[in-house]
Amino acid sequence: MKLQLPNPGLEDRILSHEQLERLEVEEAGDRPKWDNKAQYMLTCVGFCVGLGNVWRFPYLCQSHGGGAFMIPFLILLVLEGVPLLHLEFAIGQRLRKGSLGCWRTVHPYLLGVGLASMCVSLLISLYYNCIIAWIMWYFFNSFQEPLPWSQCPVNANNTGLVSECARSSPVDYFWYRQTLNTTSVIDDTGGLQWWMALCLVSAWAVLYVCCIRGIETTGKAVYVTSTLPYVVLTIFLIRGLTLKGSVDGIKFLFTPDLNELANPSTWLDAGAQVFYSFSLAFGGLISFSSYNSVHNNCEQDAVIISIINAFTSIYAATVIYCIIGFRATERFDDCLNGNILALMNAFDLPEGNVTTDNYDQVVTMFNSTSPDVIQTLHLKTCNLYTFLSEGVEGTGLAFIVFTEAITKMPLSPLWSVLFFIMLFCLGLSSMFGNIEGVLVPLQDLNVFPKKWPKEAITGLTCVVGCLVGLIFVQGSGNYWLALFDTFSGSIPLLIIAFCEMVGVVYIYGIDRFNDDLVFMIGHKPNIFWQVTWRFISPLIMLLILVFYFVTTVTKELSYITWDPDSDNFPTLEEKPYPAWIYAIIFILAGIPSLCVPGAAIFKMIQNHCCKKENEDKTQMVSNVSCQMQDDVSKTNS
Amino acid sequence: MFPLLLLLCLPPALAAVDCVNEYRNGYQVRLSIKTALGDQAYDWNESELFLFRATIAFAMRKFTKTEAYEVSNIVVCNQTPRVSFWFIVTSPENPAQAISKNIVEQAVRESRNRINNAFLLTDKSLEFLGIPPTLAAPINPDTPPWLIVFGVVIGAVCAGIVALLIMSFVKRRRGKKAKEVPEEEDQAKGTDKAVTGETFEDRNGVYNLGFADDDRFTQL
Repeated sequence: MKLQLPNPGLEDRILSHEQLERLEVEEAGDRPKWDNKAQYMLTCVGFCVGLGNVWRFPYLCQSHGGGAFMIPFLILLVLEGVPLLHLEFAIGQRLRKGSLGCWRTVHPYLLGVGLASMCVSLLISLYYNCIIAWIMWYFFNSFQEPLPWSQCPVNANNTGLVSECARSSPVDYFWYRQTLNTTSVIDDTGGLQWWMALCLVSAWAVLYVCCIRGIETTGKAVYVTSTLPYVVLTIFLIRGLTLKGSVDGIKFLFTPDLNELANPSTWLDAGAQVFYSFSLAFGGLISFSSYNSVHNNCEQDAVIISIINAFTSIYAATVIYCIIGFRATERFDDCLNGNILALMNAFDLPEGNVTTDNYDQVVTMFNSTSPDVIQTLHLKTCNLYTFLSEGVEGTGLAFIVFTEAITKMPLSPLWSVLFFIMLFCLGLSSMFGNIEGVLVPLQDLNVFPKKWPKEAITGLTCVVGCLVGLIFVQGSGNYWLALFDTFSGSIPLLIIAFCEMVGVVYIYGIDRFNDDLVFMIGHKPNIFWQVTWRFISPLIMLLILVFYFVTTVTKELSYITWDPDSDNFPTLEEKPYPAWIYAIIFILAGIPSLCVPGAAIFKMIQNHCCKKENEDKTQMVSNVSCQMQDDVSKTNS
Repeated sequence: MFPLLLLLCLPPALAAVDCVNEYRNGYQVRLSIKTALGDQAYDWNESELFLFRATIAFAMRKFTKTEAYEVSNIVVCNQTPRVSFWFIVTSPENPAQAISKNIVEQAVRESRNRINNAFLLTDKSLEFLGIPPTLAAPINPDTPPWLIVFGVVIGAVCAGIVALLIMSFVKRRRGKKAKEVPEEEDQAKGTDKAVTGETFEDRNGVYNLGFADDDRFTQL
């Protein structure tokens, strides 16, 4: 049942095995190369392991049944993540081009896939670097004691704390007001925040210095950016385990709830997490793989990187929930102590009479003797479980929950510096892959003149990225970022990944692909790879794509805002998007997705016109040669 | 313990102010010693109360600057095991007259730090109900600390960029000079190469496939 779509001219576009061998031996060509295998592995690990492992996976794990979430996660990792990863590595290594060059080589009509990859990489780079700018801002602010987010600032006439801060919390205030200076609606731009603009410039500058000569410089940078997060996670784990309440956090995270497995959204979220976590369909992995030697064992690499990615997700989740457990316990203790103090003050009891142990009995006793007094006290219900399940993900986890936990630890500036360095390294190493996915297609498209040096091309891209990224440093920047995150990085990637699989298996040809793998790594990929490449992985991608599409289209689009004037403040308020946002959403999600069929149609039309011209030319040639022959025969005769 | 407290509640002979009646000029004080100090908490006893009265007298003296308040001018009553009580300040000239609430409040606010420190407590653990705590003025450094760190980082990054660009530039010039010398030798052979169509190397080093298959070429 080997379906093979017609693909004329493929042989002409690719290098044959003999040519590849010759290339390898003679080391001809200026294509950049990895200095050693470690650089390549570290770069790929850095690209795959990103902020999502730290702030998305723990949340998903905890909200979808804790330990039970491992089951769909690991199953889908094996069936979806590893095959796609191996495919991208193999095709890059074989065709020795970036993503756009690769797909154009496989079939000219697949140019759209490469274009879509480039567009998605570009859109994601824009907002991802803004997140890195936020991380740098917190990093810059960590070098002071006490940390600026540990206490509310005093208001103008020194009579009390700033009202917005007093009503919410110091960490919320620092994030929403002093960092973002957020407006209450997306329509209100709020102007550029100069301090964030400075941080954005520094983020792009650091990226530039690391990418200035392509993998020559990134290969050196990844020695630090890919390894430092693991060191910091270990330090945090050791520190966290000594804190009170950390074990409760870990227990809460991993307590399995097998009923969640029956919920389809669990499987959908697991599939999406595996997919996005591997940074597939960005084009960066294909590029990185193309700098390898032809006989590099890409199968082994794919398996190793998948294992490292899964391990990192679980490890990071453990560390995060260690600290969250500590924070929840602190909050619980504060809540209970507040209640105890209120009781003691109301009934003039000596200190030490009411403790956390006999608190419940005392309350019931007083409730029976003087219930009216108890009513006036407004005692809060303190439940550790509620505090633990304040499931936060994304920026809320890093900049609000975790920073609050850090302020409660002794030597807070040290932990804050370490934490934000770790986030910075995680983000930067992912950015290397994103930028690779933008720069190499631009070079393949010959957008820049050939004689421009690489430094200039990278520099220009960074400057443009920085300028466009200024949207995210205005007052409403946070909402724009959430918009980009939701729409540009979801559906287009699924479409690209699906097209990649179909392209390699059915257009390039699974037989040819198998032969290539025999040539490259020495043995034919076994039945597992055959089955997953041909049926299972494309099917899973299609299912996730359909579900995602249906849920996004049917849901009413709304966003959550920080509105000090709202009634529910400090709870974030959900507001509907204004009408013109739909145009933006179409640009973000629609244009990359439509690149795929659009480019195919464009190429088809181009071919059609060119065919006619070619026919005319051949006719002309035959005419000329006929004429010449006639002349010759005439002169001869 | 309790009878002792009751005795203390009886106003001494000299001060003829009945603090129960004059409560509108008095303040309630609440101490949370065990919560604040934990293991190092001291017991609240007569001596501690004497110290408290002395510190309030000190605060009044410091505030008014002229009048000589004595410990006996500070009247305490309604003590509870919580460790909370009421106190009233009487005038040194006329012990029957209580000092108004406003003056007491201002005096306490001025010397709040000293009073707290005398008991090793803070605004939260030594509460004067009704007197808001004076918040410490925030320390505003001239340069925000984050700007300093930012300056260091951006300086290092710019230095790195400049260094790398200079290195590339120097490498390229050296490469050009090295190419110029052997190129002169090759120029003689160059024309032959063009004619027979040997493989060129593109600027990017891509194998030019157009010339890969020799039989595509028409033999001249």
